[in-house]
Amino acid sequence: MMTPESSLALAVAVPLLGALLTAAWPRGKRASDAPAAGWWVVAAVWRHGTLRAELGGWGAPLGIALTADGLSAAFVLLTALVGAGIAVHASGYFQHFASARYFWPLWLLLWTALNALWLAADVFNLYVTLELLGLSAAALGALGGTRAALAANLRYLLIGLLGSLTWLLGVALLYAAYGTLDLRQLAAAIAPGPVASAALTLMIGGLALKAALFPLHFWLPPAHASAPAPVSAVLSALVVKAAVYLALRLWYEHFAAVITPVAAALLGALGAAAVLWGSWRALRAVRLKLLAAYSTVAQIGYLFLFFPLLQALPAGAERERLLGALVLMALSHGFAKASLFLAAGSIQHHAGHDRIDELGGTAQHLPATTFAFGLAGTALIGLPPSGAFLGKWLLLENALRAGQWWWVPPMLAGSLLAAGYVFRVLSRAFNREPTPRHFVTAARTELPALALASVATLALGLGAQWLWRLLGIA
Amino acid sequence: MSAPFLYGSAGLILFGLGLWSLLAHAPLLRKLIAFNIMGSGVFHIFIALAERGARPPDPVPHALVLTGIVVAVSATALALALGQRLEEPDDDTGI
Repeated sequence: MMTPESSLALAVAVPLLGALLTAAWPRGKRASDAPAAGWWVVAAVWRHGTLRAELGGWGAPLGIALTADGLSAAFVLLTALVGAGIAVHASGYFQHFASARYFWPLWLLLWTALNALWLAADVFNLYVTLELLGLSAAALGALGGTRAALAANLRYLLIGLLGSLTWLLGVALLYAAYGTLDLRQLAAAIAPGPVASAALTLMIGGLALKAALFPLHFWLPPAHASAPAPVSAVLSALVVKAAVYLALRLWYEHFAAVITPVAAALLGALGAAAVLWGSWRALRAVRLKLLAAYSTVAQIGYLFLFFPLLQALPAGAERERLLGALVLMALSHGFAKASLFLAAGSIQHHAGHDRIDELGGTAQHLPATTFAFGLAGTALIGLPPSGAFLGKWLLLENALRAGQWWWVPPMLAGSLLAAGYVFRVLSRAFNREPTPRHFVTAARTELPALALASVATLALGLGAQWLWRLLGIA
Repeated sequence: MSAPFLYGSAGLILFGLGLWSLLAHAPLLRKLIAFNIMGSGVFHIFIALAERGARPPDPVPHALVLTGIVVAVSATALALALGQRLEEPDDDTGI
């Protein structure tokens, strides 16, 4: 008999099995099975609420436990949908490259790591998933094979390792002080003090490095811009989110007793700086993929802007709603950025380069891709009815209500700059060539981008109440 | 001064030395050695935590260190493989 809890183990096991099978038999790729496992977790959380599975019947501290609540389910859903889109795109993108052989196993391994990370219930397993994620992400990024890609991803790998080791040192401190690794037991035991503060600082520091929070963002643009397009999409949409997700969880669920307003304000200030600097660099970027990568730096900044405002609210419905807005922003950026990178990949493939100033005629040659780019841009700017619009609106409202008006100017300036960099590309994409005959030129590579962009702009904005319901917000 | 304290502080010092070297030195090999020294520092701390006086040592940190070593070896291998490809003569054709 299958219980809802078994969906948790399957969400990790199915992609892992897929990775092993595609590594052994490169010809018979069945990447399509992996999203199904994620769907099941989402459905189980939707119907039964928070789930917890202790694998093999071994409880904490020895056993490995998996747990899923609305927050994890939302990210499992993001991974399943974005992953499915990227898999379809990649099956078209990689058909002319021999590196496809390496792509599928690594991609499924990355999927395993992501699902395991969303569902892990103890800090050491989180370390293992962080390392798995870092290793598979750097290997995927280097698939482009150029010197620039190798150098950028070697640096990405080392940065990731540094971040994970810092996290591990924090884990050691926690185990020394509280004698447990289980997140639930830690949350109950944790008390303000030098050890807890040091552990939190180390772990959040490691995560900030992995999330590319300004000024630790320097590794992201070269690594994300030099990878093959489907890989850039995974890295920007999902992998960076993993670190933000963990920071959020630690901060508000497990270390809530240790947080000070000053620390929250510091994260918010770094977020604001990231919004301004990332958007400015995106506006000045010469290449399309570099623009998309800097835009990721800015969008991650927005997510950290939520931290001081969450801190200002007492636990309750208000805070839950702001948390929901954060998740909405994160999901909406995930879909939009995946779509943006896939569109950039199609444009680069078609034009043979991605220099923004020389992209004239793209709109006529690749109408579907240009449309997807525009839709994704709408979500990045935060125009209605995108999910980011709702998210930014709630962020703005809460900043004013909390009397922390100083977060408002960077927020608005970021939106304006985002409009600048999106329209800059669109204005170059049109010229006086004849009107296109076909909307879609290469269905397999173009349609996923379009679908993901529509989710970001339409589905998330108009269907936010479903997300609220999944997150358990009244 | 107790043995666990000595081990624990030695671990912290190793972590700090490794961190400094990882950030300060450009050659990949030095960075990788530094990363492994940082890792050893953390493992040191875990081993020191396992000490429980007269009772047998706590097995959980031991299991963590074993897992950590496996992870560190794989990470070093991947970094070396990437580094080796960088050393090869320029070839921009892709893998």
